Amino acid sequence: MGSLVLMIIGLAMFAAGYMVYSKYLAKRVYKLNENFKTPSHELNDGVDYVPTNKYILWGHHFTSVAGAAPIVGPAIAVIWGWLPAFLWVTLGTVFFAGMHDFGTLWASMRNKGRSIGALSGRYIGKRGANLFLIVIFLLLLMVIAAFAVVIKNLLISTPTSVIPTWGAIVVALLVGVAVYRLRWPLLPVTIVGVVVLYALIVLGNSVPVVLPESTLGMSPATFWIVALFVYGAIASLLPVWVLLQPRDYINGVQLFVGLILLFGSVLLATLFSAVKPDIVAPMFNTDLPAGTPSMVPLLFVTIACGAISGFHGMVSSGTSSKQIDKETDARFVGYFGAVGEGLLSLGTILAVIGGIKSVADWNEIYSSFGAGGVDAFVKGGGALMENGIGLPASLSATVLATMAVLFAATTMDTGMRLLRFVVQEIGETVKLKITKFPATVIVVVVGLGLTFSQGLGGEGGLRIWPLFGTTNQIMASLSLSIIAVMLIRKRRNPLPAIIPLVLVFVLSFWAAIDQLIAFTTPGSQDWLLFALDVIIIFASVWVGVEAVLAMRRAAKEPPEPEHEDAELSAVREDV
Amino acid sequence: MASAESAAQRWEELSRRWAAFRDGMHEFYVGPYRQMFLSEKRSEDDLFMIVVLGEALGVPDPAAFYSAELMPAVWDDFHAWHRRIGIPDSPLDHIACC
Repeated sequence: MGSLVLMIIGLAMFAAGYMVYSKYLAKRVYKLNENFKTPSHELNDGVDYVPTNKYILWGHHFTSVAGAAPIVGPAIAVIWGWLPAFLWVTLGTVFFAGMHDFGTLWASMRNKGRSIGALSGRYIGKRGANLFLIVIFLLLLMVIAAFAVVIKNLLISTPTSVIPTWGAIVVALLVGVAVYRLRWPLLPVTIVGVVVLYALIVLGNSVPVVLPESTLGMSPATFWIVALFVYGAIASLLPVWVLLQPRDYINGVQLFVGLILLFGSVLLATLFSAVKPDIVAPMFNTDLPAGTPSMVPLLFVTIACGAISGFHGMVSSGTSSKQIDKETDARFVGYFGAVGEGLLSLGTILAVIGGIKSVADWNEIYSSFGAGGVDAFVKGGGALMENGIGLPASLSATVLATMAVLFAATTMDTGMRLLRFVVQEIGETVKLKITKFPATVIVVVVGLGLTFSQGLGGEGGLRIWPLFGTTNQIMASLSLSIIAVMLIRKRRNPLPAIIPLVLVFVLSFWAAIDQLIAFTTPGSQDWLLFALDVIIIFASVWVGVEAVLAMRRAAKEPPEPEHEDAELSAVREDV
Repeated sequence: MASAESAAQRWEELSRRWAAFRDGMHEFYVGPYRQMFLSEKRSEDDLFMIVVLGEALGVPDPAAFYSAELMPAVWDDFHAWHRRIGIPDSPLDHIACC
């Protein structure tokens, strides 16, 4: 019963957030105007700037921002108890993430679809834009390293997911060929693709693949990580239609199926099953395993996506803002996109606190910080689905493990492609032409170096998870400061942006300092992460000072004329 | 009679929605990669343009006899192409497109 009540409260909070708070933001703060000429109409080029139906755009936006992060973060963070994680996901989505995603979409739309990087140049100054490149490089690097480890862990802990994970690549290749080479209609191909994917899950469930002690001289952990990087490198070099596009698409469909299965299971299990999904996890965990960092501030950076995430702002201002049809659609696409991510996090929390059978089992899974994570999601969610929709527990676990792996893998290969672009861009700034093959090699070497920085088991990858959170939140506070400056200039209430900005900034800065101390503690020294952390702290101080100065300037300047946005020069930005 | 009409209306409405759903799926598939496809297509077109105009631009082309036949196919896009690749005026002496 407990899980269902929690689910209903969570859904009600999201619904209230969307219906009340986002309406307030749309009417009073952002003052959306249906007649404002959006970049998609003003700069319509049929390529980047295309007026798009709001439901489709929401689908694009949501699937682009939803990776493995809304699963990994909450699944680790419930170690402090379910209530803090639940509150941060729900309140964070309503007052932080929704506001931030909606706001970045609006800010970019009001600036001819320019990205957050370009906006930071306009509102905060040139230095803000440089900071952006550093932060984005680190963020992408951490994404590929952490996700390689997440996938490796799942492939080892759930060997039944090995066949569907690699089989999904073949399915995607076939979907790409069917649609582009054979010109088959998309809908039947989609249905067949999803059915084949689920057939592979059933096959994988009966044929688990466990690697021997040594494969090509490597342990299973090392082998999977190397294999994933090799796969990512190949995937990021292939033409997009061959693998990336059909893979992202099938995953998008799978994401919706997965969400329905998860929430449907909680409902059905509570109503009809003999084994009710009661909450076994403590509300506040006072008996924390040794080595668990303090809840404040670490909770707020461990759950990054799912509460607030700078990455969302990149997507909002990078692509979504260029496709908004009417300005009023921003509320649905931006705010409801964040709610979609919140739903995934809420589903994860329900799985890890309600699916596990007993308190002893729960304590065993959460025996140390970071040990729970996605494995707990797979086990708990699997049990939940067994009770709810009657799928055998092992098969349900395989479904969820495959789902988590596919999200992580698509984010990883897209991350590698983006990181390659960043490397090439950095090369250009130092007048060095780096073609795509050497750039990919650099990405693979640096990524593997970070992953293996603490041993060949890939310990470095997950160790950096809180650092990923910190970097991500700093990006979010950079975006929020831009929104705040814009609101002050327009003489509108800036508090909906400033309060989250201050909280997120203080918490992520605090977390970064805490981690800095941890990385120098004798016995667990890690100079690589220490160096990365120093860069992050340096960047966050920079953001803080620049943002305060920009806000003070904005408050002193005369108010911005009402139609200034519309009169800005229309410059197309390359994406 | 009236029920047949309303059935036909319903059918029409249904097929309209189905078509919209199909279009939506297609957009969901293609949308995120639209730009990449177009830029890839543009690179292919650029290559084709250079192959066809190679001889005219002064690059020795043993297959000029054949590629000359393709010239009319690239005529319409020629002006936009040379402007886009950064040559403000026509690079071919005998063609004054601008």
